[in-house]
Amino acid sequence: MTEGIQNALNSAGPQADSIAGLWWLMFVVCSIVFVLVMIALLLAVKNRTRESQFAATPILEPPPEQERRRRNVVVTCVVLTAIILFVFAIASFTTGRSMSADMPSKNGLTIDVTGFQWWWEIRYQDVDASNIFTTANEIHIPVGVPVTLNLRANDVIHSFWVPNLAGKKDLIPGKSNTLWLQANKPGVYRGQCAEYCGMQHAHMAFWVVAESQEQFNAWRQNQTQTSVTPTTDSQKRGQQVFLSSTCVMCHKINGTPAASNVGPNLTHVASRNTIAAATLSNTRDHLYQWVKDSQSVKPGNRMPQHNLAEADFQALLDYLQSLK
Amino acid sequence: MLKKFLLCAFLCLFVASCTREKRTFSQPPANFKSYDVTMSAIRPGSAGVQQPVQMPSEEHAYDTNEGKRLFTQYNCAGCHANGGGGMGPPLMDDQWIYGSNSENIYATIVEGRPNGMPSFRQKIPDNQVQQIAAYVRSMSGQLRKDVEPTRNDTMNARRSEQRTERKTPQQTTAPPYD
Repeated sequence: MTEGIQNALNSAGPQADSIAGLWWLMFVVCSIVFVLVMIALLLAVKNRTRESQFAATPILEPPPEQERRRRNVVVTCVVLTAIILFVFAIASFTTGRSMSADMPSKNGLTIDVTGFQWWWEIRYQDVDASNIFTTANEIHIPVGVPVTLNLRANDVIHSFWVPNLAGKKDLIPGKSNTLWLQANKPGVYRGQCAEYCGMQHAHMAFWVVAESQEQFNAWRQNQTQTSVTPTTDSQKRGQQVFLSSTCVMCHKINGTPAASNVGPNLTHVASRNTIAAATLSNTRDHLYQWVKDSQSVKPGNRMPQHNLAEADFQALLDYLQSLK
Repeated sequence: MLKKFLLCAFLCLFVASCTREKRTFSQPPANFKSYDVTMSAIRPGSAGVQQPVQMPSEEHAYDTNEGKRLFTQYNCAGCHANGGGGMGPPLMDDQWIYGSNSENIYATIVEGRPNGMPSFRQKIPDNQVQQIAAYVRSMSGQLRKDVEPTRNDTMNARRSEQRTERKTPQQTTAPPYD
């Protein structure tokens, strides 16, 4: 029950801890109440059968002693219910307040997350401009560091949800929402859009990789570099294919003339574990399928089909796979 | 009772007779039909009567709306604004420099035009060019009302294409601006 990469009960941070705590409190108390109610119901059914053997007609005026006892039971149960609901209300309210409170530390990381139909743009902010970079569908965070997420949307309302780390928060066009989270143990956690946003809403996922500070620094160091210069002939041809075909109309590769911001930034596309918003693992076959006919994988998505020569496809894949 | 039943049955049949507009996401690349683009309008002999080509995208509300999205995404709006024009000529008026037919607009996008319109050959897939061409025609109300985009996604001073009245295309030789 405490396993899983997308499981609110497998909490890996303070935000998810408080949600899991609230959930367990409600689950345990409600379970006890349910069991007690069921027992009372069974007893009532059982007693009713026994009484009906003696009384041919229903008793309209029960004895005062029995009446008083029954009234006491009802009053006790109503008071108990009110107390339990009041405790729940207080617990829920305080949990909500503690989660929407300001970040505990200002020395954390700031990441802009922008929702698109149907993928996530991830932009790491930094006081040092050379550390600002953009990636997609994969968030790396160092363990034990509070992370502030500025949530925006480009087209429609989306919702950012990593159950293992925090609750949901909507990404709303024209508005910036803030969510903070922290991972206390390293791991890979899956996130998912939690607000229906159109045809491929179900295929709008992302990964959060919580790793040690050293690993994170190495990752960030690589991400801030411009793209790898193609070395082999095939890669060079692939770059030419990329720059002279439809790809440049939407995608950006830092260090090349491709500089459009409509689709995901592909500067380090080969370093990601998945493509198409965590729909496919990042293998050559999947990449080929995606570039050639993405509509067969995610019908209705914004990537058009491409009608390149087979050799051009292979060269393009060689180039894309070199973009570590 | 029988009347109600018959009315109900009639309504069911009536509703069932509606056709749902079909969206084709997966056109096999082999079916992509490229329209032949003539490089020059100058031809020997007398000027033939041009038969307008009806592109399939002009029959679908989905396609014209996709064209509207792509118009912004491919930054057509960078020069043509939201149809009112800027660096490029306005598209929502009745003045047409290179023709108002679908194939004229298609050719304009694919080939480019003098004085700034770049060529998008190989840069925009064929079906998307058709969608954009359909949208450009809808900007001055050239399409059927039921396929024209009905609303703007953003705050826009301009009325939606569907509410734009149809303008009769006029041929013009020079841009209407200096």
